[in-house]
Amino acid sequence: MAYHDPVRQALARRTARRNALIGMASLVGFVVVIVVLVSRTPGWPVVQETFFNGEQFAESLPGLLEAFMLNVKIFLIAEPLILIFSLLIALTRTLRSPIFLPLRVMATIYVDVFRGVPTILVIFLLGFGVPALRLQGVPTDPVFWGTAALVLSYSAYVAEVFRAGIGSVHPSQRMAARSLGLSVGQTNRHVVLPQAVRNVVPPLLNDFISLQKDTALVAVLGPIEVLRQAQIDASSTFNYTPYVAAALIFIALTIPMTRFADWVQMRMARRQRAGGVA
Amino acid sequence: MSGLTARRVLIPALALVSVGALLAGCAQEESASSTTSAAAPASSAAPASSAAASPAASAEASAEPVLDECSKENLTLVTPGTLTIGTDSPAYPPYFVDDDPTNGQGFESAVAYAVAEGLGFTPAEVAWTVVPFNKSYAPGDKDFDFDINQISITPKRQKAVDFSDGYYTVNQAVVALNDSPIAGATTLAELQAAKLGAQVGTTSLDFITDVVQPADQPFVYNDTNDAKSALNNGQIDGIVVDLPTAYYITAVEIENSRIVGQFPAIEGGEEFGLLFAKGNPLVQCVNEVLGELEASGELQAIQDEWLAGDAAPYFTE
Repeated sequence: MAYHDPVRQALARRTARRNALIGMASLVGFVVVIVVLVSRTPGWPVVQETFFNGEQFAESLPGLLEAFMLNVKIFLIAEPLILIFSLLIALTRTLRSPIFLPLRVMATIYVDVFRGVPTILVIFLLGFGVPALRLQGVPTDPVFWGTAALVLSYSAYVAEVFRAGIGSVHPSQRMAARSLGLSVGQTNRHVVLPQAVRNVVPPLLNDFISLQKDTALVAVLGPIEVLRQAQIDASSTFNYTPYVAAALIFIALTIPMTRFADWVQMRMARRQRAGGVA
Repeated sequence: MSGLTARRVLIPALALVSVGALLAGCAQEESASSTTSAAAPASSAAPASSAAASPAASAEASAEPVLDECSKENLTLVTPGTLTIGTDSPAYPPYFVDDDPTNGQGFESAVAYAVAEGLGFTPAEVAWTVVPFNKSYAPGDKDFDFDINQISITPKRQKAVDFSDGYYTVNQAVVALNDSPIAGATTLAELQAAKLGAQVGTTSLDFITDVVQPADQPFVYNDTNDAKSALNNGQIDGIVVDLPTAYYITAVEIENSRIVGQFPAIEGGEEFGLLFAKGNPLVQCVNEVLGELEASGELQAIQDEWLAGDAAPYFTE
């Protein structure tokens, strides 16, 4: 952008504005056509009444928001624990020294088992199974065990994401760091992990969003979270609108989070391109 | 913006809109054609074809007045000649026995076969289909003629479906382990400090939130089995179920458990009804049969056979 030509710039602005207008008009037109067609189908009034009932929506929303606090709580507790565990597991799996073979094997088995087992089974097993052992001093609280199950299950997934990130850092980086006199730990801390994490932000976010929704699974143990509250409302009125309301609550959280992650990533990419100058 | 550019904008916009219309139109056409296409997979074709068949059939029935519209030949059924009855799986005792609705054992299985017989169907002409409770009130065509699944009749639910007259008046009861803090409770106030659980979607759960109003939120489970696990584990102090289920749990399923008490009936009583698609004319015919079963004492006999008496103490305020 060294050369500024006012005529060209004006032209570029006009083109950009025109493109934006075309885009908007086309989008609006498309949506209008879909809406008109769907709303003219013979079953639409019933579907609207059952899924998009304004009165029902307003009635159930306050209770749903209250119940959603439990989802947020589970998520906020589980997420940091998952990040820590999964990073440790991923690092364990990258250890090369033969003396660490037992650790590597354990980490591999852990990942294999917990990725393969349905999360809901882990939740049932911990939430109903452990309290049934009747051990002294072991909590029976379903939220505790449900969260623990999510941490176990998701750590296995996220560990693989981290491992992929670590694998994506070129070996020359590690070798260069080592030849500069950095220890293995220092190499990981200052050279490998920063690049590895940067490379896997999008899949990490994927797992976070997935975790947000899977907090609803804890409901099988008894606590009322947002989806369960929606189910309760739906079955007392025989109307599915509360589920739609619950979905909107989830979306209201995931969309800002996604935009935030996009922004973080863009910033990281800019820094990387700038050759380390922040 | 000049006229030239405006046209340049308009043309691609129109093109896109028409593509959108075309896409949506195709989608509609496709779903319509699947009703006649023999190649369509059975699962998707079945509800669609019944959609085409049932309005036509019911229009026919109402067009020409028939003397006995409740005779077997004139009934509008999901599968002609067969009475298709829905219930959830697993089907719990004492309403069903061995999770098998076809054996005629258990209160609701017996009621269903009595209704079928009253309509003129032999047991062989009755087909059962699994209908999860949540699916029973889905909009659109049903894949059952009626659903029998301990569904309580409430005015809110009647906005979405039709119910038959009640075939059983039910009370709700609290079950607890003998060493539970609420095992000796006799008043609602004593229950308020307890952790109570119930199955989701049940009026038992409504009883906890509306009648008991406990300090803690109720614990809600997918089914009665999960509620029983939590009760056994000491995660909750008591569960609320309907009285017949309470008798079954305490007598057969959980040792060292007891019925703490039953709740006084709500105003007008709580009744189980058979669930029908909204506007299904079969309701009137089934109500006639239920009326006959009640008058002849057969309904009471089925009840006496499968459901224990209601001797449990009532909670007081």
